[in-house]
Amino acid sequence: MNLLKIPLGDWIEKLEEWLTGNLGPLFDFIRSVIGSMVDGIEASLIVAPAMVLIVLITALAYWIGKWRIALFAFIGLLLIDNLGLWEPSMQSLSLVLTASILSVVFGVPIGILCARSQTTQNIVTPVLDFMQTMPAFVYLLPAVSFFSLGVVPGVIASIIFAIPPTIRLTNLGIRQVPSELVEAADAFGSTPAQKLVKLQLPLAMPTIMAGINQTIMLSLSMVVISSMIGAQGVGAFVYRAVTQAKTGIGFEAGIAIVIMAILLDRLTQSAFKKK
Amino acid sequence: MSIIEVKQLTKIFGQEPQRGEKLLREGWSKDNIYKETKLTVGVNKASFSIQPGEIFVIMGLSGSGKSTLVRLLNRLIEPTSGQVLFKGKDIVKMNAVDLRQLRRKNIGMVFQKFALFPHRTVLSNVEYGLEVQGIDRWQRKELAQKVLKLVGLEGWENSMPDQLSGGMQQRVGLARGLANDPDILLMDEAFSALDPLIRKDMQHELLLLQARMKKTIIFITHDLDEALRIGDRIALMKDGSIVQIGTPEEILIQPADKYVERFVEDVDLSKVLTAAHVMLQPETVSPERGPRVALQLMRDNGVSTLFVTDKEQQLRGVLTAEDASLALKENKSIEQVMQEDVPRVSPGTLLNELFEIMADTRLPVAVVDERDRLKGIVIKGAILSALAGNAVPEAGAR
Repeated sequence: MNLLKIPLGDWIEKLEEWLTGNLGPLFDFIRSVIGSMVDGIEASLIVAPAMVLIVLITALAYWIGKWRIALFAFIGLLLIDNLGLWEPSMQSLSLVLTASILSVVFGVPIGILCARSQTTQNIVTPVLDFMQTMPAFVYLLPAVSFFSLGVVPGVIASIIFAIPPTIRLTNLGIRQVPSELVEAADAFGSTPAQKLVKLQLPLAMPTIMAGINQTIMLSLSMVVISSMIGAQGVGAFVYRAVTQAKTGIGFEAGIAIVIMAILLDRLTQSAFKKK
Repeated sequence: MSIIEVKQLTKIFGQEPQRGEKLLREGWSKDNIYKETKLTVGVNKASFSIQPGEIFVIMGLSGSGKSTLVRLLNRLIEPTSGQVLFKGKDIVKMNAVDLRQLRRKNIGMVFQKFALFPHRTVLSNVEYGLEVQGIDRWQRKELAQKVLKLVGLEGWENSMPDQLSGGMQQRVGLARGLANDPDILLMDEAFSALDPLIRKDMQHELLLLQARMKKTIIFITHDLDEALRIGDRIALMKDGSIVQIGTPEEILIQPADKYVERFVEDVDLSKVLTAAHVMLQPETVSPERGPRVALQLMRDNGVSTLFVTDKEQQLRGVLTAEDASLALKENKSIEQVMQEDVPRVSPGTLLNELFEIMADTRLPVAVVDERDRLKGIVIKGAILSALAGNAVPEAGAR
């Protein structure tokens, strides 16, 4: 039996070796771009005292949402600060934001391509299934060997895990535009680009936004896993608490993640609705 | 010259449509081709030509291929074979750029379910066709407002489509189709989704618009009444083929086959045919002539009344044989004895409106145009004959 085993694992390791050996400069480039993105966002989040940002976020929540969200933001963020988790929370947030921004930047165009061509969709769909069902730990390893330890492989892993909803829902949203409207746009002589910008994207926007919201939530769920490969942040507190069996610290950090999750979810949803 | 000429236009849906074409040439029916090859014949070798300014109605039941046919004309559906000549240029052979240009400038379209863009205001829906052409903001706003006024939607520019009633939404659709000032307007069951009263209003307004703008309109419908009301000519489709093309009267009076006959058998002809369809050539006499000449004319033509018209063909009165004899006996002129109070109708008067007028008079009814010029006369026999479904032999052709 053993003689017949396909050496799939060996092949993948060979491929990994080959990629690291030959595409080193590319990986270095990606690493520096993502690294500076995360650093930039993080720096701008902690440049001011926590209180200033808390007030700003509360005001933002009041402006785009209802007073209840604003109240929750104010109390929730104060609690995070009070628990001494402000800085790690902002580190995690910058990882989440970077992963989300990149997911949107790549996901929306890929989704558009899928909506336009059946072949592209047929190729992309199984890849997305693979990305979403393969346990995240598994692709942490190659991410580390390509990008070494730290926040960058965390961002990459988050993107792989979180980008599918944006792609899927962009595709779905565009395909759901009623065919008679597309026909009308054609009948008046729209170019494909005009059709996309003037008709399909505006009508698909609510669906695309739902996808982006999902992407943000999924990348937030990756902060703990990312901390296993050296990403700093509140996820690292959870990870440490688990390995050292410290229930209290674990819960504190967990609550900080929950607060951020609820805030991101409500804020993005209200912002999209407002649009 | 015709503005659109369609030659042997065919659409077969499915893989490798050429197989179906071969069978069509061999005379296979749509059903048999489907059973044999799973190919669906959408349109089967349609040929017709349309004159500028004409309202050409394509009529058929659902599944007859009429909606497919109209989409072949602007290639929203790609034809399998055949030609569509627009002012002599073959649309089927155009590249993407030329086709887009044609759709932008020459062919407008109005859709059954309106197909308004829900995220745009009424005004910017109407502007759409101008916007994709790259016409600047102010100019297209001006043009769009002009057409909105034309369809009676002034003041609704900033409403969203879903705030309007069905009839108003389709006015927006119509305005959008007209905004580019196209030569041809394709209307795909444009009024079918409207309730009957609104539909009638819209048909009426379309005719008024057409009279003003002189567009060529290709109108798709499954409703025979609608086709008869607005069509200059009607093409009747069945199973993807055109069964008959003709004026509404030709379709009604000389159905090409049993299918058309069954289609039209319930039509109330008196609501379709007009005085112009049944009128006969009148025998006239000018007022300067004497009564003797008039009597001679009556004898020669075997009639008992003459219509008195002046040099401009304007109707002055009617002269019966008794009047003429009286004039002869008393040495009077025709003008002195003729009856000036003649029943008059316009050529567009429907037969069912004529009944009442005919009942009140024993004289033939005069058909006059807007300047009171005599165009023809209507007698009871001609009406009965037309209602019985016979062509009126001498009918003044429209």
